[in-house]
Amino acid sequence: MRENGFSIANPHPRQTDNVQKLGVAVAMMGLLPLFGTWAGINISGGWMLSLSIACILVGTAIYGVRTYLLVPEGIKNTANWFDPLTNRGLWGWAVGIVLTGFYILLYWFPEYLGLGQNGKTNSGLIHLFDPLSQFFKGQPASQWFMYGTLYTVAILALGIKFIYKYRHSRYHVVRTSVVMLSQFFLAYFIPEILEGLNVGAGSQYYGKDLKNFWPLNYYFFDGWHLDNMQKEGTWGMFFLVWGIIGFAVLTPIITYFVGKRWYCSWVCGCGGLAETAGDPFRHLSDKSMEAWKIERFLIHGVLAFVVLATGLLMYTYFTGKDFGFAINQYLFFALLIGAGLGVVLLYRKNNGFLPSQKVIWTTAVVVAFVILYFLVPNLNEGNSTIFFSSYNFKKWYGFFVGATFSGVVGVGFYPLLGNRVWCRFGCPMAGYMGLFQRFKSRFRITTNGGQCISCGNCSTYCEQGIDVRAYAQRGENIVRASCVGCGVCSSVCPRGVLKLENGPDGARLKDL
Amino acid sequence: MEHIVIIGNGIAGITVARNVRKQSDKRITVISAETDHFFSRTALMYIFMGHMTYQHTKPYEDWFWQKNRIELLRAYVERVDFSEKRLYFSQGEPLAYDKLILAVGSTPNKFGWSGQDLAGVQGLYSYQDLELLEENAQHAKQAVIVGGGLIGIELAEMLLSRNIKVTFLVREKAFWGNVLPKKESELISRHIREHHVDLRLGTELKEILPDANGRVNKVITSDGEEIPCQLVGLTAGVRPNIDFLKNSQLETDRGIKVNRFLETNIPDVFAVGDCAQFDVPPVGRRPIEQVWYTGKLQGEALANTLCGNRTKYEPSHWFNSAKFFDIEYQTYGWVHAQMQEDEADFYWEHADGKKALHFVFDKQTQQLKGVNTFGIRLRHEVFDQWFSEGQTITHALEYLKDANFDPEFFKKHEDEIVDKFNRENGTAIQPKGKSWKRILKAVMG
Repeated sequence: MRENGFSIANPHPRQTDNVQKLGVAVAMMGLLPLFGTWAGINISGGWMLSLSIACILVGTAIYGVRTYLLVPEGIKNTANWFDPLTNRGLWGWAVGIVLTGFYILLYWFPEYLGLGQNGKTNSGLIHLFDPLSQFFKGQPASQWFMYGTLYTVAILALGIKFIYKYRHSRYHVVRTSVVMLSQFFLAYFIPEILEGLNVGAGSQYYGKDLKNFWPLNYYFFDGWHLDNMQKEGTWGMFFLVWGIIGFAVLTPIITYFVGKRWYCSWVCGCGGLAETAGDPFRHLSDKSMEAWKIERFLIHGVLAFVVLATGLLMYTYFTGKDFGFAINQYLFFALLIGAGLGVVLLYRKNNGFLPSQKVIWTTAVVVAFVILYFLVPNLNEGNSTIFFSSYNFKKWYGFFVGATFSGVVGVGFYPLLGNRVWCRFGCPMAGYMGLFQRFKSRFRITTNGGQCISCGNCSTYCEQGIDVRAYAQRGENIVRASCVGCGVCSSVCPRGVLKLENGPDGARLKDL
Repeated sequence: MEHIVIIGNGIAGITVARNVRKQSDKRITVISAETDHFFSRTALMYIFMGHMTYQHTKPYEDWFWQKNRIELLRAYVERVDFSEKRLYFSQGEPLAYDKLILAVGSTPNKFGWSGQDLAGVQGLYSYQDLELLEENAQHAKQAVIVGGGLIGIELAEMLLSRNIKVTFLVREKAFWGNVLPKKESELISRHIREHHVDLRLGTELKEILPDANGRVNKVITSDGEEIPCQLVGLTAGVRPNIDFLKNSQLETDRGIKVNRFLETNIPDVFAVGDCAQFDVPPVGRRPIEQVWYTGKLQGEALANTLCGNRTKYEPSHWFNSAKFFDIEYQTYGWVHAQMQEDEADFYWEHADGKKALHFVFDKQTQQLKGVNTFGIRLRHEVFDQWFSEGQTITHALEYLKDANFDPEFFKKHEDEIVDKFNRENGTAIQPKGKSWKRILKAVMG
């Protein structure tokens, strides 16, 4: 079969016309200042950033309109598995490495993106965003301002492309419009304006994204965050009360009525990026039973981790006491390796018929990564103990889950593992809502009688790696904790078999 | 332990294997010359177009077979010795069976056209056909497809995805004209042309001509026109793949003759799926059914029989579906290409010409007999219930909103449809709102 679309002998290249080329060229010109400044070139003047963003938006729109509006509306998955960008080919790896590198710098080495530290002014990439930051809030850009702006631009630009690609489906048009507006206003514009209006003046930062609830926003219940909100009168108290209601009341209720999709594919920022920028990679998710086993272990593990870390911090916050004990690092490493071995052996014992390669690799990578995280600084400092405390638990969660998992792996690996790695394997918010979706919700994907022909489009294009076909071909409805309700399974089905809908929850599973 | 041997790893054979395993501990062997594992034949086109890889078309992961103790044998059966109960292969030792299931599927029709065996001329049914197409497509800038049915239009879509120009010869005056009524056929024809396929209705293939190397380089049509091409797709239907069984004790006609229990004339030998031909078909159905779900239903019935619970193949109301480029088609009950004497109909088409609904009902009793739908998805169970209850066209229109299966936020057309019916028939039907209670009653039975 033709697997390698990078062949120079490819006799049937896909044709791009001049207008498409123009769109790509304009978008690439928009990207140039970003890469240029990333490489260390200093560009001042607000016009350059505005021009860059305008080029990205306009260029992508031209490309999207031209590519999809000239052909009859319908599913556009042709050549996904031939294209080296979308079949884990050369371009896929290249983009994956650039993205991963960007996230590593962003989280741990922002000075290489130009962040001015110790009183120095910004340079390079972050400096490019200074004028916009000054405009919003009268201060130079941070790496997070730069990141938030680019993130929003990516969702808007590629959201437009997505809408043209799926223009035959009003579900996708409405959903994508909402997720774009949500990112622009709730995650970006309103918080930045509030900062600019000096909301929070006299106190330190606190989160102002109205939809970023705990546990996705894992620092919400941190002592400093609670203090900062309380210090600052009405607005701060509003965000405190809203945040608690949001996670404890709104989330379960809305999830009961419409499933977790209201969050994951309609308003969430991570979901927003996955559905727009990540759409070309959705078929790369792993559909195997083994991957599903890993998924359930990891996502509920992260959920337990954030509950534990938050609980300990709250305990310390309200009692003023920290538990805290030191443990020899080698003992800890031995326990960790033992636990890893235990996981693998237990898996093999219970799933004799399943392959175990991915379980072994995942466990090995996680264990090795954790060991390195402790070992390297300890070696430098000549230390050999690890100190367990409320504060450290939170710090570890921030490093392993907040930065490494959700950012570096979550987005950096889009072109290799698919666009929902974080949402599927890690996100504690998704894990939390998944429990409701699985056990108490009106949401289901209905299977239409006996029409399924087992073709596999639904499973292939499920970004969450759900083997949709396994249910559809048995005539069963799909009720799965991980479904984010993107609706693409229903769109790609050639026989009209699948429908996302909310109905009486007692009858979600046809075999009840 | 009884040894059940199944020739053919398509949907029918695999359904037998899975269901026998569910009910028993019998030894099960599935033989195929085509692929190591069961895959969805209906998805071959998506492999070629790059929507999926071969791996994605397998409905079960590879560990499934071992876990369920279903032995898979990749071999080509050359001959069956029915009296000795043995299979002889092109290579290797013969295999003994206690019960033999023939689930050997189909092969593309060839009608003795001159040039039909040239290089670059092929049908599309098997995995090997797909591999051949991959090779043939390398040489092709223009292709001619012969035969206006479901495989023909799929092949057209496949070739267009590789920027190969397609001329589509259809013998009938309308696309898929032996199945679709005229207006539906016209709707699909328009859509085919919208995709820049050169659709030639009422045109037959006369001759396929080679170049100096013996590869196809043009066809001549019944109009005497020469069409240059480097690839010819023969998609004028399929027939049971039973040549290796001819001249044996097994009674065959077009397919392997079976009764409604899928039993052949030889004890302990059964046939199922595409290759089975019923001596007395179920009411309103054809003697040979080459459809995915009928293979499944036949397989389930046969598995029961093999496990001691002799079960008749008893399908419910006819249904089917397909996709023509971007337009989805579903059908429930019978809508024939030509309306029958006692039938009346009601046709609605959307202004954009890509959505349509066609109801057929009894002139006298008004009882609903079938529906064709294009671009609008309809709930299977709801129509099944209406047919079983003998509901009328009036009832169907009144409760049409229950049957809508389009995704959320899609434009609804029920009011417009019922309006049109009322205007044409002087009725005053008021469409009722969607009711979950009624829908669930249909689904749960």
